[in-house]
Parts: sequence; structure tokens; C-alpha cells
Amino acid sequence: MTHPYIPNAEPGVRAAMLAEIGATSVDDLYGAIPASLRLNRPLDLPAPLASEHELARHMRGLLDRNTDTLETLSFLGGGCYPHHVPAVCDEVNNRGEFLTAYAGEPYEDHGRFQALFEYVSMMAELLEMDVVNVPTYDGFQATGTALRMAARYTGRNRLLVSAAIGADKLSKLRDFLDHDVPITLVPVGEDGETGAFEIDDTVAAVYVESPNAYGVVETRLAAIAEQAHAEGALLVVGADPIALGVLAPPATLGADIVCGDIQSLGMHQSYGGGHAGYIATRDEERLVAEFPSRLFGIAPTAVPGEYGFGDVYYDRTSFALREEGKEWVGTAAALWGITAGVYLALMGPQGMRELGETVLARTRYAMDVLGAVPGVRVLHETAIHFREFAIEVEDAQALLDDLRTDGIYGGIRLDDTTLLVCVTERHAKADIDRLVAAVAAALPVQDHEGHGR
Amino acid sequence: MSATAEPFAELPVAPKPALRRFHQARWDEPIIFELSSPGQRGIGVPAADVPAVELPDAVRRKTPPALPEMAQLHVLRHYVRLSQENLGVDVNIAVGQGTCTMKYSPKVNDTFVRDPRIAELHPAQPEDTVQGVLEVYWRLEQMLKEISGMARVSLQPNSGSAAIYANIAMIRAYHAHNGEAEQRDQVITTMFSHPSNAACAKTAGFEVITLMPDANGHPDIEALRAAVGPRTAALLITNPEDTGIYNPRIAEFVELVHEAGGLACYDQANANGILGITRAADAGFDLCHFNLHKTFSTPHMCGGPAGGASGVSERLAPFLPGPTVERDGDRYFLDADRPLSVGKIRPYLGVTPNVVRAYAWIMTLGAEGLRQVAETAVLNNNYLMHKVLQIPGASVQWDKRRLEQVRYSWRELSEETGVHSEEIGVRAADFGVHYWTSHHPYLVPEPFTLEPTESYSKADLDEYAAVLAHVADEARRDPQFVKNAPYNQTIHKIDPTPLDDPKQWAPTWRAYVRKHLS
Amino acid sequence: MRVGLVVNPVAGLGGPAGLKGSDGAEVQREARARGAGARAGERAAAALRALRAARPDAVVVTVPGPMGADSAGAECELVPFTPTEPSTADDTRAAVRALAPHVDVLLFAGGDGTARDVLDAAPGRPVLGIPAGVKVYSGCFAVSPAAAGLAAAEFAGETAEAEVVDLDEEAYRAGRVSPRLYGTLAVPAARVRLSGRKTGSSAAAPDSVAAIARDVVAGMRPGVRYVLGPGATTLAIGRELGLPTTLLGVDVVADGLLVGADVSERELLALVDGGEAEAVVSVIGGQGFVLGRGNQQISPHVLRRILTGRQPVEAAPAGAGPGGAPTRPSADGLPVRRPRGGRGGLTVLATRVKLAALGGRPLLADTGDPDVDDLVSGFTHIVTGYAERVPYRIVPASKEFYQ
Repeated sequence: MTHPYIPNAEPGVRAAMLAEIGATSVDDLYGAIPASLRLNRPLDLPAPLASEHELARHMRGLLDRNTDTLETLSFLGGGCYPHHVPAVCDEVNNRGEFLTAYAGEPYEDHGRFQALFEYVSMMAELLEMDVVNVPTYDGFQATGTALRMAARYTGRNRLLVSAAIGADKLSKLRDFLDHDVPITLVPVGEDGETGAFEIDDTVAAVYVESPNAYGVVETRLAAIAEQAHAEGALLVVGADPIALGVLAPPATLGADIVCGDIQSLGMHQSYGGGHAGYIATRDEERLVAEFPSRLFGIAPTAVPGEYGFGDVYYDRTSFALREEGKEWVGTAAALWGITAGVYLALMGPQGMRELGETVLARTRYAMDVLGAVPGVRVLHETAIHFREFAIEVEDAQALLDDLRTDGIYGGIRLDDTTLLVCVTERHAKADIDRLVAAVAAALPVQDHEGHGR
Repeated sequence: MSATAEPFAELPVAPKPALRRFHQARWDEPIIFELSSPGQRGIGVPAADVPAVELPDAVRRKTPPALPEMAQLHVLRHYVRLSQENLGVDVNIAVGQGTCTMKYSPKVNDTFVRDPRIAELHPAQPEDTVQGVLEVYWRLEQMLKEISGMARVSLQPNSGSAAIYANIAMIRAYHAHNGEAEQRDQVITTMFSHPSNAACAKTAGFEVITLMPDANGHPDIEALRAAVGPRTAALLITNPEDTGIYNPRIAEFVELVHEAGGLACYDQANANGILGITRAADAGFDLCHFNLHKTFSTPHMCGGPAGGASGVSERLAPFLPGPTVERDGDRYFLDADRPLSVGKIRPYLGVTPNVVRAYAWIMTLGAEGLRQVAETAVLNNNYLMHKVLQIPGASVQWDKRRLEQVRYSWRELSEETGVHSEEIGVRAADFGVHYWTSHHPYLVPEPFTLEPTESYSKADLDEYAAVLAHVADEARRDPQFVKNAPYNQTIHKIDPTPLDDPKQWAPTWRAYVRKHLS
Repeated sequence: MRVGLVVNPVAGLGGPAGLKGSDGAEVQREARARGAGARAGERAAAALRALRAARPDAVVVTVPGPMGADSAGAECELVPFTPTEPSTADDTRAAVRALAPHVDVLLFAGGDGTARDVLDAAPGRPVLGIPAGVKVYSGCFAVSPAAAGLAAAEFAGETAEAEVVDLDEEAYRAGRVSPRLYGTLAVPAARVRLSGRKTGSSAAAPDSVAAIARDVVAGMRPGVRYVLGPGATTLAIGRELGLPTTLLGVDVVADGLLVGADVSERELLALVDGGEAEAVVSVIGGQGFVLGRGNQQISPHVLRRILTGRQPVEAAPAGAGPGGAPTRPSADGLPVRRPRGGRGGLTVLATRVKLAALGGRPLLADTGDPDVDDLVSGFTHIVTGYAERVPYRIVPASKEFYQ
């Protein structure tokens, strides 16, 4: 059978093409590959499932061995969040013209340019910053690049990073930066916010997340910005844009670069496959010059009333001139940018505000009711939380295992006694109450000295 | 407008003309902010049902973001229109984007990743609830191990370039482990290897040594001899290179680097023509990488999410990004206890949807199918080259057999007419196809790079060559006509000047309004 | 827009006649005697056809007769001017001076000799060469007449510097190629093209002499005298150091100071005596000369002193990688780049585009002393950018040309 994906494997066509190019066999065309490097046997691979039906059945068999977060009650977050994905987001990103396009010019792929321009433009409104890039891989990469931009911009090579950051993200940052832009951690205060730090004129940037890895909203960003700026350093803030319908944009508090992940804006969790990163700055030529990623902008065409698009500042001289800090650019996550644009257009200003209010309220509710369960201590209880909070219990793994039997993924284990719990608009009050009841049932009843029985 | 009616043609309907009378969709769509109407809503949000939280002034947003306000249909319609103003593999003969392996991405594979049992999986779920997806990761690794001959493969990288960076991170970790990180500060690559090799090496702090092609178009092995030494960390090389020329002395290259104590790293972005023919391990490579979105068919998605796979030999395996997926009987689990690992290079395990698609694609082909993919890609390329070189003014720089792609040159045509390769590409798009020049700097003058892959039929290739021949002929007859293209696109010729002027550039609508509408 | 045109009507005359150039009345007579015809006029006309097709509104401004109007057709504006017959280099210079004030950009048809005349006239306007001579090695020429016309049509005010080099024709006819750098002219900068930008691809850093200069400066060591040859690339090193080095002369810098500007061989010998020194040279002209052409001050004596007066650790053997101490942190904690010096004592600079233009031919040394030529022969790590090297072969010119 001629494989449905390989039309010219049909023997007649193949023979005609070989004849036309004057070759006797396909093997002729491989003459450059020495015999000693040839694999003279078939690859040892599973027998093919040549019909679509057989393939689908095989894949169903594999998928049946997964239990997803719609079948269970999941409180897992930690950088990958269960927000509702509007059907229109999926409809648009499944359009074949978007799904299978790549690198067309601003003419035949005008739609891609416009959709991405609109994405960065809506992000810019949310962030109140004038420059936003076409997405990079994920929030980790966006942070690494934002910090490199700060180092190039300031000509300095030390970073202060708030310790209220996920362990995996810190691992990535260390791999990406430490060899020439070393990181010093700023300890977290009792209240869950970034603690006090000392800074001098060798520091390129201070990096703080809000909400941070514990879900805590940093209330002292303006003071941190002031302290950083006084020494000529930049303030780089990691922010999930989904919170910005209710939280003040970091730029209004003094942030110079804002970055993060956009998975929350219309991407499924997809076992970690929904990530994309953004970086935003003000419209200052020297900062724009440090973006390694593409920036799309409006340009006129030969016809009035037509929007054309193209790369802004394509030959960024400063970037090109600072080979010390050069970064690569590659195929990253453009389709998730388009999708996030669809999401923001659907939500509008009201939707973003309402969603923020719902998440804030339910997070606080979950903290309150869980905190009332004996044996549970809510960390950073007085701080403002968005979407996530940490709790302390005697045995985190034991609790998670117990909750599993009730069909609940209770949270992410941070250490032996700490769990990170995530609540979004997908968690109704009843879902939270169910979690609380399950936790209460799972934890050993405490006597009044606090000892388990 | 004239009221005179055109006479109708007669039946039977005449045959199609030689070239397609294409016109790209032209919806003349406004920018989305211009579609906003106060009070409209695109989607509802659940109410809190619990007491609201009052935010202190220090953190509360004071003014609502100026996002568009639109009803759901209008959001949908806007984006569907924009999608139509776009060419993808689904709608054009995508042989013009050389080095990118634009092949058919089977629709059935998309259905698997839309399934909630992939789409709604959280990456921190307990291992026993994700056995299916872990098995896919594990099985794809086994298949890529066999295809490359390497000992282990990590599927964590986000893309090809991210895989190159992961490989460089492992190279650095390996030399550091041997106490040679300081000493080995040079990476060697070649002029026609993908430029991300040099760029990633620079990001990691290495000095980059680039080998020029010799008289045969191969990287100069004498230059390599002169370049290797105690400072050599690694050779980063593509083969076949972006010219489509396979370097037959590749094993000698690897050996020279090994003798100097360096590692050899194979950029297999151009693997589509050699699947099942020759393997990275057989030439002695220590590391390699594949692009899942090229060779293994996952869609390009307007520029990602993509997917990369980093393969390593036994001695580099301890340095792989973590965690790895392991099997114990019928049980699959994550192993994060890898003290020499370079750590995380992205959140969680990888671009799962593309891992699933690539796995499904290989499963429909098997060993014989993959070999057919490679052979057909090479046959298609040689056939297209035969057609293109019949066009007056098109040439290739080295008279060598090519594998899966060719870097051509319009040098003669351009010197004669003043029309540049880029401009030929824009005009070619008027016939509904797509075209790419090459990376900078242009070593081949007025370049264009075609890679027909296995997905296209003989008729497709004939049509593509006919479009190029027609545009080349137009360039001779009326260069200015070609230079003023496009004519059949969504928009007309763009004036790029404001894009490079800080006073005028508008990287967002917000900046545009401030600079041009206020 | 207004576009000027000057044609050197005898340019290209010597080529078909096998005379390797057309400089001088004697050679021109000889060429005509051999039956050659000039082709500059028709090539200028081809350039104007391309210009007018692209910019129908462009006004061509030129001088009467074979130096312009004969090629420009009826629709042109004339500036009064009477050349001698046959025209000379003086006429080219005078015509450039007459036209320059009236135009936005000036096209000239000719070869490297014509370019020198244009340079001497100091036009004060951007210019662009229409290649029509026998020798066209200067950077101020477009690749073809049509390309020249279109570049003029697309000119929007941005310029770049391009080198003017020329050969000594006497030597060339005697079988010796001897390019010399005469200066630079402002030419229209190639406009950034909209197309050809692949989605998210690492573009290689644009070829930049500034990046090369930064690399060289970052690798400079205290106490070492750096002998900078002529050329725009080495001039950029002076700029990076903030020193007034010369475009055409040989300069010496050490410890951030200019210790000798436009020095003679004798002065150079004194300057490199007794201490460690490094010659830093670029590629002059299209043949690939790095030594012995245009930088004869860096003589065999000088080179011998530089190459043999070095510490053993720096003298990397031919065929080995560049030597030098490993990267070490400096007092301020920033990493110090390793010392440069591809083969110990000689650093060669070139953009990758320039190397590519050699089409695989080696770089050439012709110091006049075969032993010194041998000493610098072999693979050298050419500095092509910041922390970027290309290993490339240098051979004695005698072996490339005289065998």
C-alpha cells in the first residue's frame, strides 16, 4: 500500500521521477553517505499501525491509563493552572491555517501577523506597558531572558532574586544565568513577602514575583522599585497576567521589565504543554534594543486604510553589538500567543475583573475554611493571596494519598510537611467544601495539646 | 463600475490555465480594538459565591484595562477571518521553507491531544494517574534511541534551538565534571550549520569557531585540524548541511574532535532524508538533537510550540535534564534523583501534545515507513532540483548531489535584472505558495532554499517549479512589476521605514495610539 | 529625487585587450589599437534604465558628451562642462565636483581607478559605482549596473562607508597584484529588506567591524605593542580605544595609548624592538592580501622581530589552536577575555562576508621575504566578530600566483 502520507512512494510515480532525473534507483541519490556509516538493517521499531482506526484504538488504550483533572477534583497549580478554557480559544487555535502555518511573509500570512500584534497589544493594555514580545518558550525562559536584558541594559552582572520562587524555575535560571550573571537569593519574610535586602551598584536587577510561589501578592513593590532604582538597578517583576484585572500592573509600581507565563490565558494544562512566555517593557529605545525576541509593529501599505505589519527594530544594533550577552531565538510558542489574544478579547475588561475577584475571594475562603481544620496551619495567613497558598500538616504525603482515595488531587508537596493548594474560578464553593471535609476526615483528630492520637 | 455584462464562457468549461489564479483572502479586517463596543461581553465568568476580598490601595488596579469589549460571535468571526488570511501546510505547497521540513501533520494526531486525557492532565499529578502519558514519553524515547543509535533521549526541550542549548549545557557540565570547564571554552561549528548552534554556544559563554566550506562545499577538514586543541569543548555540526550536501568525512570530523578531548554534537534538524539510512551514533557522535516539529511531523503552529529531543551517548547520560521517565515492569515513573543532571530547562516534562503527536506519527509508519519518508524526501528534492535548474538564472553553487534540500541562487537573474531573491518570493506568493531565502550572512548570493519533504506529489512539485519559472521570466521582462509585488494578497506592498524609527514604531496598539492618533 | 551620473568613457577598455586596466593614455591607445571598445557607456545606460523603471520621477543630472549625456538619453538635466578629448582623470574629478552640489546621489561608471578619482574629488554626497572597469575590487561598487540603478532609486538618505582600493597597474601587468587602500566613500546603505525573516530564527550577528574591534580590544594585554595596519576594520579598533588612529597608515597602540601614528618602517622597527608586539591586519582588496600590499611598512624585518621576539607560551605552533592563558577573573570580577593572536604575533581581521567573497581562495602574504611568508603561512584564526573566529589559510603569494 502507498502510505497515505507519502504520495510519491507509489511505485509508478517513483519510477517516472527517477527516470526524469536520470537515476536508476533512490540509492544512487545517497552516494555521498559512505558504506561504513550506513545502517544496513531495518530500524528496530514497533510494527506500524497503518490504518487510522488501528492507530486511534492504540492511542485510546494509552489515554485510558490517564485520569485527568475533569474526572477528579484537582487543586494542583505550581505554575500550571486549571483555568476554564473558552471554546472559542480552541476553535481558533485548531484552525488549520493557524495550526500548520510557520514563517510566511507579512503578505500571505497577514493574519498571523495581525493576530500576534493584537495579542501583544492586549497584553500591553493589561500590563500598561508599550512593548510586549511575540511569545518565547515559557515563563522560565521569559524570566531568564528578561534578567539577561537587564544585565545588558545596565552593563552589570549580579542579580538579586526573591527566594519566593519555584524550585524548578530557579534551577532553570541558574543553568541559564549563573555562569556569567550570578544570582543571589533574597530571603522570604515571615509574611510570605520578599524580605529586606541590601543592594549596591554592581546589581543589574532585582527580581520579584507577584503573586509569588506561595500565592502571596507582594505589597511592597513600589518600595523595592525605589530601592533598586536608587542604585541604578532595574526591577524585574514576574506576574501572571490573569491576575491583572484586579491587581495593579507592576509597571505602575515601578517595574522596568515585567515577564511571566501566559498558560492561564486560554491554554489547557496539557501535562505541561500549554506554556508560553511574555516579556514587556516601556517604549525606550535602549530597552527595546535588548529584546532578543521578535516585536511586531504596524506599518503603512501602498493603500490607505490598510494595516501592514513587520518586525520592529529588526536589526537591533545594541543587541547585535553586545555579543557578550547574545541569546538565540528559535521557534517558540506563537500559537499560544494568538490563543491568549482570543482569551483576552473574550474576557474584556469586565471579565478580567470578575475573574480576578472570584479567584481572590475563593482563595481567601479556601484559606479560611482549611485553616479552621485541626492539624492544618495556613502559612502567610495575613498576606493577600491570589489563587495559591501553602498549608502545613504533619505528613504532607500521607494527606495527599488519603485525598487521592476520595478522588481529590489535594495540592503540590513542597516538602515533608508543606502543601501548595491552588484554587481558581473552576473550583466552586462546594468543591472547596469537599476538599475541607476530606482533609478533616483524613487528618488524625488532635487533642488540645496538639498531639495526634 | 461598468454596467456592461461580461459574456459568459461556454460549456464545456475550459481547462485550467497553467498557473493557479490565486487570490489570498482579503477581509480588510480592522484592528480588534476598533471592533470594541462598550458593554459587550465575549464570555461569562463564575461569580465568587463567597465573601469578596477588599484589596488595599497599594496593590489594587485603579483603572480597568482598555481591552476590547465584544460579543462572542464577533470575537470568533474576527479570528476566523484572520486565520483565512494565512497560508499553512494545510492550504499551500509548502516546499519553499527550506530547513524547516514543512510536512503534513496528520489530523488524527490532533484529536489525541484535544482529548481531555491529555489536555486536562496536570503535570504534577500522581504517577499512577498518568501512566498513559508517561508510557508515551518512554516509548517515544525508545524509538528515538533506535533512530539515532544514542543511549538516552530527553524530550524536555521546547524546540530545536532549546535542544541545542540543552546539549551545550550538558557539554559544559561534562567538562566541568572532568575539571576542564575553564580550559575548554571554544565551540566549533560550520558556516552552513544552523546559526542557532553558534548563538546557543555564545549564550553559554563559549567562543565560536566557524569552519568555511572548502572548494567542494564541505566544511574544510583542514580548517578543523587547525581549530581543534585543548580549548575545544565541542563540535556542533549539521549534516547534511543547510545546502543539502552531506559531508562524507563526518566520522573523521568526529574523530579529530575526540582526539583533542572535545565532544561531538550532531544537529539533526536535517534528518528527514536520512531516517533509517544512517545514524548519529554510527558516526561516533556523543550528542544529537531532533526537531519534533520538523522530522516528526508536529505542526509548526505559526512558530511554536515546537518540540525538541536531545539524544546522548552513555557517557553523557548522567547529565541529561531531569526528571527522566523510567520503566519498572508495567509501571512508569519519574526519576528526579540524578545528581549530575543539568536540571530543569523548562517547566515540568516537555511539550506533551507534540510528544504525543510525534509518537503517533512514528507508530503509523514503522521502520519501513520511515525509510520511505527519507527516500521520498530525497527523491522529491532531486526531482525539484532538476526542475528548478532548468529555469534560466537559477543555479546551485556546488555541483554535488543533494539529499533533502537545496540552497539555490538567483545570482545571475539578480545581476541581470536587479530583482532580489526576497522580491521573487513575495511575487511567488501571489500564486499561493510560500518561499524562503536563507539565514544571514548570505554566503550563497541571492539565495533560496527549497525542501520538498515526502508530503508533496509530483504535480505539486511541478506546480511550484512552474511558479518560480514564471516569476523569473516576469523579472526579466519587467523587473519593476516583480519589485512592486504583491498583487493578490490580503494587503499591498508595505513601507517598512517606520518599523525602524523609534519615534514612529508601534510595537503595540497602545504605542500606536500614543504616537499616531493622539 | 536627483541622481547624478559620471561616466569614465575609457573604463573597461584595457580588459578585453588583456591589458589588466585602462589607466593612462598610453594604455588606452594600445587598447584601441588592439581593437577594444569601451563598455562603460552601455553599462551606465543599463543602470539608468533600472533607475527610471523604479523611479520614473527621478531626474538624471549629468555632463554633456561621452562622460554622461551620451548614456543618459534625451531626458536629463545637463551641467555645463567641457572635458578634454580623450577625457582624463582630471576630467572625472572636475565632473564630480561640478555635479555633486546638484544631486542627492551620484552614480559613476568605471573601475577602481575611477573610484579613486571620485574619492580625490571629495564629492560630499553619497556615491555608488556602476561596475564597468577591468579592476573592480572596491567596496563602493554595486554588483551590477541594474543593481546600481535600483540602489539609487531606493536611496532614502542612509549611508555606509565603503573602501576604495586600487592596484598598481604597472605591477599588475608585470604579474604582481598590489592593491592599496586609498580611502572610503559614503555609499547608499542597503535598505533593510522586509522579507526573508524566518520566524524566530537566530539571525547571525550582522557583520560588524565594531564587533571585531571590540573583540581585539577586549583581548589586549598590558605592555604589548599593537601594530595596526591600514583599513576601516583596524580604524574601528582606534575608535573603540578612543584613539585617533589613521585609515591609511600603520599605527601603534599600547596600554590604551597611541604611541605611533602613520609610522614608517624604520619608526616601526624601533617601536616593536625589545618588547612583545602584535601585528593586527585586515584583508586589503578582493584578492585576499593580508601582508605586503598597502601595509609594506610592516616589513619582513618588522614581522621577524614581532614573530620571533615573543614569549614561548604565545608562540602557538602552526596548526595548533590559539595559545594563551585561560580565562581568569579580573580585579572587578568580570571575566577577562583570553589574549588574542591567532598564530602568535599576527592577528588577521575580516568579516565573514569578506572571507566568503574569496570563494574558497586562500589569504595571501607577499612580504618580499619568502622565509617570512612561510613563517606566517598556514591556518590562522581570523577574528570575524566578538568571540568569533574562522580558521583560514594564509599562503605565500608566490605560491598562489607565480607557479
